[in-house]
Amino acid sequence: MHNDNRKIADEIILRSGVNPRKCMKCGKCTATCPAFDRMEYHPHQFVYMVETGDIEPLLESKSLYTCLSCFACVDRCPRGVEPAKLVEGVRNAVIRQQGKNHMTADDVPGKLDSDLPQQAIVSAFRKYTK
Amino acid sequence: MQRIGVFVCWCGSNIAGTVDVQAVSDALRNEPGVVFSTNYQYMCSQAGQDIIIQAVKEHNLTGIVVCSCSPRMHEATFRKTAAAAGLNPYMVEIANIREQCSWVHKDMASGTEKAIILGKAAVAKVNLNAPLTPGETPVTKRALVIGGGIAGIQTALDIADAGFPVDIVEKNPTIGGKMAQLDKTFPTLDCAACILTPKMVDVAQNDNIRIFSYSEVEDIKGFVGNFDVKIRKKARFVKEDICTGCGLCTEKCPVRKVPNEFNLGMDNRRAIYIPFAQAVPKVATIDPDACNMLKSGKCGVCSKVCTAGAIDYKQQDEILDEKYGAIVVATGFNPISMDKFDEYAYNQSKDVITSLEFERLTNAAGPTQGKLLRPSDLKHPHTIVFVQCVGSRCASCAEKGKEYCSKICCMYTAKHAMLIRDKYPDTEVYVFYIDVRTPGKNFDEFYRRAVEEYGVKYIKGMVGKVVPEGDKLKVQASDLIAGKQLHIDADLVVLAAAIEPDKSARPLATMLTASMDTNDFFTEAHPKLRPVESPTAGVFLSGACQGPKDIPETVSQASAAAAKVIGLLVKDKLTGNPCVASANEMMCNGCSTCERVCPYGAITYIDKEFRMPDRTVATRRVAQVNPAVCQGCGACTVACMSGAMDLRGFMSSQIIAEVDAICK
Repeated sequence: MHNDNRKIADEIILRSGVNPRKCMKCGKCTATCPAFDRMEYHPHQFVYMVETGDIEPLLESKSLYTCLSCFACVDRCPRGVEPAKLVEGVRNAVIRQQGKNHMTADDVPGKLDSDLPQQAIVSAFRKYTK
Repeated sequence: MQRIGVFVCWCGSNIAGTVDVQAVSDALRNEPGVVFSTNYQYMCSQAGQDIIIQAVKEHNLTGIVVCSCSPRMHEATFRKTAAAAGLNPYMVEIANIREQCSWVHKDMASGTEKAIILGKAAVAKVNLNAPLTPGETPVTKRALVIGGGIAGIQTALDIADAGFPVDIVEKNPTIGGKMAQLDKTFPTLDCAACILTPKMVDVAQNDNIRIFSYSEVEDIKGFVGNFDVKIRKKARFVKEDICTGCGLCTEKCPVRKVPNEFNLGMDNRRAIYIPFAQAVPKVATIDPDACNMLKSGKCGVCSKVCTAGAIDYKQQDEILDEKYGAIVVATGFNPISMDKFDEYAYNQSKDVITSLEFERLTNAAGPTQGKLLRPSDLKHPHTIVFVQCVGSRCASCAEKGKEYCSKICCMYTAKHAMLIRDKYPDTEVYVFYIDVRTPGKNFDEFYRRAVEEYGVKYIKGMVGKVVPEGDKLKVQASDLIAGKQLHIDADLVVLAAAIEPDKSARPLATMLTASMDTNDFFTEAHPKLRPVESPTAGVFLSGACQGPKDIPETVSQASAAAAKVIGLLVKDKLTGNPCVASANEMMCNGCSTCERVCPYGAITYIDKEFRMPDRTVATRRVAQVNPAVCQGCGACTVACMSGAMDLRGFMSSQIIAEVDAICK
């Protein structure tokens, strides 16, 4: 099982183009994350868990779908780690396992409210059409 | 015909591990000119050198080939050995069979083959070597120190104490540098001014030291022992030798709103000003961009109030030509600009400040007389957030920050936090850190005291953003240990801005032909073994111009640089490098190409009379190389179209012989 996890982690790293070893564990991504309160695992934890191959909890986590893909963490990261791309990579890994997406693009309009940033709506469509 | 001895070194197993040293010495024994060949465990040891000396005597050797490490390592050693054996030291050639052979090969067969080829090339070269004698140049017994901060001050004092004259060139109106702006110094918390200003006075009173303040180096020519330097003494519109520093003019000047650079723009000064009370020299300076008299000819108040008659509105920049034997670079550092860190709102709120600005805010001579009041409304701040590593360790943002650790921020932030908690125990102080780096004598103890005794809240995490809202600064940050995102309503945010070399360093390095790294820090000749010398002979490094440093380290390096300068100035003559260019006058066509490519200005042209084959006399223009200035770089030999330029010790014929030997 451990080997499987490592394999999935390596695939995520390859597909996302993110090198989690560049992370110096400063936590600026998590400090800047606007969806912090809704996320079970925070951006710096995503990076660390992929680095160590602790993949299973990530694959099961709702955090994948609460990430707004606003890319604030990508913008602020002093080491160029790009955590949001890694979240996207984990999401892809889930979706590639059949039927794991937790909702469809059609569900998105029903969830819109006036406070939702436009960027988040666009990225929700991008996320759930995969 | 030369009589050459070949000496193959094992370097323990460094070479012998991948090169069959016996096979190498056997193969080279059959090369033309070789009369003796052997190998030994450590050729550079005394026993190894004795083998060489013995062989020179027994076999009447005229040339030596040592197959060993890089010539950078031991060429000088073996040249001395040759001299001890009665040979000209330049009859020695090194075949580098370690760095360029055994260390890069894994296979014994290919390593051995390459070592033999390298040895053959060296033998071919020695066959064409000629004895060379280095010239001697005199040493100007005066040093130049560029920059008058604590680094420059310490270097100048130490050189002067050894009895040599020193000049300090400082671009600001006073010496003192960044240290003069600091409040307390870690880890002992003694006041910066109390320990710095006596040194500034020592500099002013030392007969061996001249201070050129408000001056800049304009041009540098020459070489180690013999630098010609042009110094621009900028017009300060005040006669330095007459001004008594009474300060009356600075009180009467009607131009009141000039941002005061000494307090980092947090208060104002007049158009005529003395940067601070203990300035050295204590002389007023008129800011030409602010002075009404200089801009429009209408005012003259300072001239009227000056009882000494020191004001001179007609003063011009002055160019001084000075000669030096050694130059010390002590140009220091600055905090980087915070303009691009929008997330910390530095440009949106006056209450987001840098640590250097904080130093002025807590300094008794600062804009608030040492009371901790926040800049926007001069109220006492109750919640203060310190952010570490702002722009330091920033690998992805070259346009914003720096990749390196700025080294001093952890300690000064601990100091600031501790001082606040000491003076104002009602204040909450947070420090957001990535790592706390405290490797220094009594440094970690100091940081722990801030936490344990003074109750500074150190939080492992980073600030994500600062948003000004009303009279508060909304700080959003991570607490990685608790796994929380924190929201703090702060009154003051202090950013530990990364430091970078002063902007004057880059053009200065060009003038000095001294090398720099990609961050514009000066490069040392060797990172461990020659840390205070530039690779350019006669140029030395002191303080933060070479890398981020705190005060104790800066002072150590400053004294070390002074020791190196003294070691140079104490010599009456310097032995030059005989491997310099020379022009074959019969072949030179006078085209001036070499003169244009020479980076050291070593080549001049003269008109010379020649007897022609038909017994007439013709005047021709030919190149001449000044061997004292030539550094032997070889640029001219490559550029010369007629093949007249050649480099002694590296003649074209020798290089071709080496290539032939390799290709045979």
